[in-house]
Amino acid sequence: MFALPTLPRYNRVFEIFKGNLVVVTKQRPKNLNLLTIHFPLPAIVSILHRISGVILFLMLPFMLWALELSLSSPADFDSLRQFLSSPLMKWIIWGLLSAFIYHFFAGIRHLLMDIHVGDELKSGRLSAKLTMIISIVVMILAGVWLW
Amino acid sequence: MVKSVLSVNHQGLTDWLIQRVSAIVMTIYSLGLLAYLVVQSEMDYTAWHALFSHGWMKLATLLFILCLLFHAWVGMWTVFTDYIKPFLLRFILQLIVFLSLVSFFFASLLILWGV
Repeated sequence: MFALPTLPRYNRVFEIFKGNLVVVTKQRPKNLNLLTIHFPLPAIVSILHRISGVILFLMLPFMLWALELSLSSPADFDSLRQFLSSPLMKWIIWGLLSAFIYHFFAGIRHLLMDIHVGDELKSGRLSAKLTMIISIVVMILAGVWLW
Repeated sequence: MVKSVLSVNHQGLTDWLIQRVSAIVMTIYSLGLLAYLVVQSEMDYTAWHALFSHGWMKLATLLFILCLLFHAWVGMWTVFTDYIKPFLLRFILQLIVFLSLVSFFFASLLILWGV
């Protein structure tokens, strides 16, 4: 009779070998070095999408306040412009713009995945890389425009 | 009483749709505004005020803000249900988000129609 080898369950892999179902044991690489383990890029792209979304939500009152001031009177418009042109505020605006830019491109990646563009492992990794590259380039452009 | 998981009025599907439709509307609006800012190289109060005096611009902006608020609601709901486990805390946070979003809506109405 054929007896299953007594091995931990996670080591058993069923494979078809010469037309027969066979049980093989795989020596899986173990890597517990926390310095070399990291999230795959698509996971990082995804979590940053969330973080940037929460940042944008938290900044909503500030944006509404700025919109109100910019439309109320020429004097308020100028004082807002003056306020926003201080070095510290420029960094904050750039951070806000960056969150928007990132959320925008990562969101487009999601929409494309909905219509089955880049929803496989390889293409998903590529689109994650592209999202990062395009976002960073546009963030730099936004910085150039600001300063 | 046993409740079917499907008896929540297909909330997931509605959320999914809200998130996508609002995203597309906001994308179009953002690109339109960006194009305007690029064309209108020197932005001053007169031009900015004139832009928001048009009825269609008020409507488009209101639509954008409405989409933004719904989008934010679904997004924050997702984040809270994923990371905040205690029910009461999650409930309070969601209530705060809800009330802020409603007040943002009325604030933007006042801002836009105050122009």
